[in-house]
Amino acid sequence: MKNAEAPDSHRIDTYETAGGYHALATVLRDYQPDELIKLIKDSNLRGRGGAGFATGVKWGFVPKDPALKKYLCCNADEGEPGTFKDRAIMEKDPHQMIEGMILCAYAIGAETAYIYIRGEYTLSVQRLEAALKEAYDKRYLGQRIIGSNVSLDIYVHRGAGAYICGEETALLESIEGRRGQPKLKPPFPAIEGLYASPTVINNVETLACLPHIVCRGAEWFRKIGPEKSPGPKLYCLSGHVRKPGLYELPMGIPLRELVEKHAGGARPGRKIKAVIPGGVSAPMIPESDLNVCMDFESLAAADTMLGSAGVIVIDDNDCIVRVATRIIEFFAHESCGKCTPCREGLSCAVKILRRLENGEGREGDLEQLDFLCDGIFGNSFCALGDGAAWGLRRALQIFRDEFIYHVEKRECPFH
Amino acid sequence: MTAVSATEFMTEDMRREIKEIIKRYPKRRSAIMPSLFLAQEEHGYLPDEVLLEVAGVLDVPEIWVYEIATFYTMFNTEPVGRFHIKLCTNVSCLLLEAGSLLPHLEKRLGITCGGTTDDGLFTLSIVECLGSCGTAPVMQINKTYYENLSTQRIDQILDELKAQASGAHRTIQSRDDGQEGVPA
Repeated sequence: MKNAEAPDSHRIDTYETAGGYHALATVLRDYQPDELIKLIKDSNLRGRGGAGFATGVKWGFVPKDPALKKYLCCNADEGEPGTFKDRAIMEKDPHQMIEGMILCAYAIGAETAYIYIRGEYTLSVQRLEAALKEAYDKRYLGQRIIGSNVSLDIYVHRGAGAYICGEETALLESIEGRRGQPKLKPPFPAIEGLYASPTVINNVETLACLPHIVCRGAEWFRKIGPEKSPGPKLYCLSGHVRKPGLYELPMGIPLRELVEKHAGGARPGRKIKAVIPGGVSAPMIPESDLNVCMDFESLAAADTMLGSAGVIVIDDNDCIVRVATRIIEFFAHESCGKCTPCREGLSCAVKILRRLENGEGREGDLEQLDFLCDGIFGNSFCALGDGAAWGLRRALQIFRDEFIYHVEKRECPFH
Repeated sequence: MTAVSATEFMTEDMRREIKEIIKRYPKRRSAIMPSLFLAQEEHGYLPDEVLLEVAGVLDVPEIWVYEIATFYTMFNTEPVGRFHIKLCTNVSCLLLEAGSLLPHLEKRLGITCGGTTDDGLFTLSIVECLGSCGTAPVMQINKTYYENLSTQRIDQILDELKAQASGAHRTIQSRDDGQEGVPA
């Protein structure tokens, strides 16, 4: 995001002046597709959308048969509450992502790519469309890219307000003109994805890393942050901190340093109570665990996840039951309705949580919530239900006393 | 090539534009969502007649179009006001007291959430995360984001929009660049 503060940072001239599209020229001149895949594998780049899958390995699954048509989809359906990093890239430095898309398309042999972007991001859509036009005008896109025999067309496809379309198979369904509902895997998209063709789906931030890895090398990237999840990372800070906003720092930075040093810590007179480290699909952790490092492995060991790196800070003046209720309301609303545990389980959990927060809790409510979490987790069709139940279960465990207070006193101590 | 002809619900330009959209995809069904966005931009919402027209131009079953229009929340199958206010109430906004902004908006507009004012100017909805959590609380009005909201700021925005609406240059169709300060 080094160009983000420059005026006109979204324009191609600014991007080229800062070395933009140099990686593309280098790759087209010096790299075979396989060599590019190897470079990305060597960099240990892992997907920035949430799951953290190794990007080079994902590309390697795509069949090499030149007769097969292949697709690239950029997942720009950033909908995870607490997350606003992809929007920043698309609004302020869209060419970084577009150059990354061209590199990826070259590696997997795709000549058509779609950017699936959430419909609310109107400025991002405009910036992307303008950037694509600039890239076509400079022959970075279209037929015979900068004189090579490589071709690529990129189209913007707007989503229309369905969180579930961030799930990759639901995203493909949506581009195909259907309701966004996840599909059974296997077959994995790399083998049978969009229009039943081999397809790679990569997140905006993941794609934006690619030009830098080409220009500076896999070793440079691997030396930033921990060996297993390296590289620079965009962290989205929101909630009860003094300086909310977007921070670009190495992967693996301690959460405490991120929240207290960079985001300025708790607001005056308040103490941090809990932090959600990776968007609302990631379970919250108590203040006492803030020394955890922000990488895939460390957060998994803390029974949560890096997810989308949407860091939401909750201080001692707010109610965990209220937060948990709002999160489960969100998931219940966004459940696509395909599977029973998620569809029925979450709406049932919402009823109980609202009751607690309204001071109408009943004996047995918490046990009923525990039971629902166990029934939903591991039995949902996709990660939406699992993430919801996982987060609620952890909140019930860590802040049990607050939940018990709501049941016993039949009131919320905060509101 | 199919002849393009205008109807009450679809101009010739729109038909042409939809036929261009079809070319982006190997299957016509993929063009349903972008076509519905176009139609909604034109009409403000998607009455049944428009859905049927879109199905006709794309030459796809009507149920495919209806399914998309009703599954995705950004498609309005009922009329909305000239200014569609979408207030985020998800966690980051909630923590910064977006909860108190909703009753304030309801009181100021004299409608409940989901309703439209009698003069047809404002529709009020709550939405899930708008991806602007670092500048919460936030709302989107048509295409424009309004960030770091407070009740005073909301009053100011509503007054500006009302003044704009009563001004001499009323346009039914409006576009903006999504930047705050240039309301649609």
